[in-house]
Amino acid sequence: MSSIFFLIQQTMFFSIPLLVVALGGMFSERSGIVNIALEGIMIMGAFASIFVINGLQDFIQGQGLLLIAILVALASGMVFSLLHAYASVNMRANQVISGTALNMFAPAFATFIARTVQGVKEIGFTNTFRIESVPMLGKIPLLGPMFFQNTYITTFIGIIILVAAWFTLFKTRFGLRLRSCGENPQAADSVGINVSKIRYAGVLISGALAGLGGLIFVVPTSTSFNATVSGYGFLALAVLIFGQWNPKRIFLSAFFFGLMKTISATYSGIPFLQDLSISKDIYKMIPYIATLIVLAISSRNSQAPKAVGVPYDKGTR
Amino acid sequence: MNNKLRRMLDSYNLSSFIASFSAIIIGLLFGLIVLIFTNPGQAFAGFRTILSGGFSGGSRGFGNIFYIATPLIMTGLSVGFAFKTGLFNIGASGQLIVGAYVSVVIGVYCTGLGQFQWVLAILGGMAAGALWASITGLLKAYLNVHEVITSIMMNYIGMHLVNSLVVQTVFDSLRNQSSNVAKTAYIPTMGLDKLFRGSSLNAGFFIAVFFVLVIYIILKKTVFGYELIACGHNPDASKYAGINAKRNIVLSMTIAGGLAGIAGSLIFLANTGKHIEVLDVLAAEGFTGIPVALLGLSNPLGILLSAIFIGYITLGGFYMQLYDFVPEIIDIIIASIIYFSAFALIVKKLLAFFKLRMNSRGKQRSEEKPTTVKEE
Repeated sequence: MSSIFFLIQQTMFFSIPLLVVALGGMFSERSGIVNIALEGIMIMGAFASIFVINGLQDFIQGQGLLLIAILVALASGMVFSLLHAYASVNMRANQVISGTALNMFAPAFATFIARTVQGVKEIGFTNTFRIESVPMLGKIPLLGPMFFQNTYITTFIGIIILVAAWFTLFKTRFGLRLRSCGENPQAADSVGINVSKIRYAGVLISGALAGLGGLIFVVPTSTSFNATVSGYGFLALAVLIFGQWNPKRIFLSAFFFGLMKTISATYSGIPFLQDLSISKDIYKMIPYIATLIVLAISSRNSQAPKAVGVPYDKGTR
Repeated sequence: MNNKLRRMLDSYNLSSFIASFSAIIIGLLFGLIVLIFTNPGQAFAGFRTILSGGFSGGSRGFGNIFYIATPLIMTGLSVGFAFKTGLFNIGASGQLIVGAYVSVVIGVYCTGLGQFQWVLAILGGMAAGALWASITGLLKAYLNVHEVITSIMMNYIGMHLVNSLVVQTVFDSLRNQSSNVAKTAYIPTMGLDKLFRGSSLNAGFFIAVFFVLVIYIILKKTVFGYELIACGHNPDASKYAGINAKRNIVLSMTIAGGLAGIAGSLIFLANTGKHIEVLDVLAAEGFTGIPVALLGLSNPLGILLSAIFIGYITLGGFYMQLYDFVPEIIDIIIASIIYFSAFALIVKKLLAFFKLRMNSRGKQRSEEKPTTVKEE
């Protein structure tokens, strides 16, 4: 039983960042801007916030520090994504090229600054953020150990973001405008919606969430930041596509990928999987192969926003 | 004079060249600003080292520019060729490592071939890379899976697969890397090591230049190349014209993969002590192919030049460590160059505006071409 609890707790660590980043990507793509820079933005967010944790941890520990780091991650991701927004909205640049540039820039920048400031690339931190057991809720039989023990507040923030994202997208005026800019910006413009503004908002929300995703990916799974989030931003893109740009389905697919990733990362701790004696590299391939298979099945009837990736030009119909 | 200038500005190539060139200048200036912020005292000395690049190392440095550029030409061609068909091959890294693995296996085991061993090893690398990329092409053409996602996944799968296979077949467990290939599997140096004494240059550079010419001829002089470019510009129109778009997507990815596979062969058969290391790190040369292709505007000759340029400033970054600078500044500069080159459209618009003004001054409004320019 305890290994099942362990598996579920681990799955949460891997799924929540995917969920948050994929939801971020959803806001950008729903507004009509492809954001393959998610990986780079995650690195930036993680870099800035872990750097702050590293600097402040002698003065403040625990949830207070984590909250500060969360704010830093949100802000740094948002600022970094401004570059993408400027290139894709104002400069009408090729969004894939701009995203690629950001993806190349982030690890180089993080490594450069870390090595200039402290000599080595790794930024270490002490993990004082783990919650052994949530008061009251952790005592519930079965559910307690699954969701409320050995956890982080970021997990619950992730769930809140999911609900908020769904509500924003489908129940608010802003959400409707965002979706219309991704489907048919000309029509949106004709009824007085400022397409540029909405697209900026979409990209900035995605930047903030991706930055946060970088932090909550690193904190539970590591004790140092090494200028990489190991392809998680790209996995989040796959989650977004498999989730068909819809919060509920993104939630399900994030958990599917989280589970795959958990199997590949923790198979040695699971007796049943270890008995199979398959090479460790095969396990490491599982999440990526699963992504391919799942995409091959689900991409035929893609429900991507119609205008995604196309710079808005008032003159075209 | 006026007329001539206008015709020059009309040319798509020239305005693209100006766009790339200004991106390079702005990217370098941005690098300088970063240097000034991080280490004001040494910033200008360091920046001068970047600019003088490979030249700071004499004939050795000069040869090493081309040595570093060799695999970049191949991965640049790989990305650029796929771009021409409207595909973004971000998977050159995986194709490269798979090709490298097959080359190394042939280099270690097929010793009976004598002088032809390295040729077979390169062909094997090419075939492996092509096969690896064809999966991406097939998924794109027949199942509508976006090639960016597929090729990223194939990068990771390729890396882990090669790690696992190296350990099982050609493992040097002491150094945690692939074992040495046979002497006959090394690419001949053809006297280049003597010409540029101390450098690691070998005939691999000629092989890369040979493929630049091959790709140039395919794209510019063959029906097949014409069809590929047509598919890239407008898939619907080319379908209407009877071009088999699906087949072209698969073929284009396959060829791109073959080119990246050769890059892997050229790196690991170069007799410079490079081995496939069993680490969870993607091959960087594959990703550098992207800026090479973008800067070279996906034109084979442009790719040759931009690969040499990237080799040049990479070497500059290497020499910069003398000034206590971290070499990653070069990656920052390259990334900002790519970012600014995405603004190409605006630069071209400015040029077009300039042209229009000259047009109205000369009162010749005869052949005003639409000034919108296609993205890469």
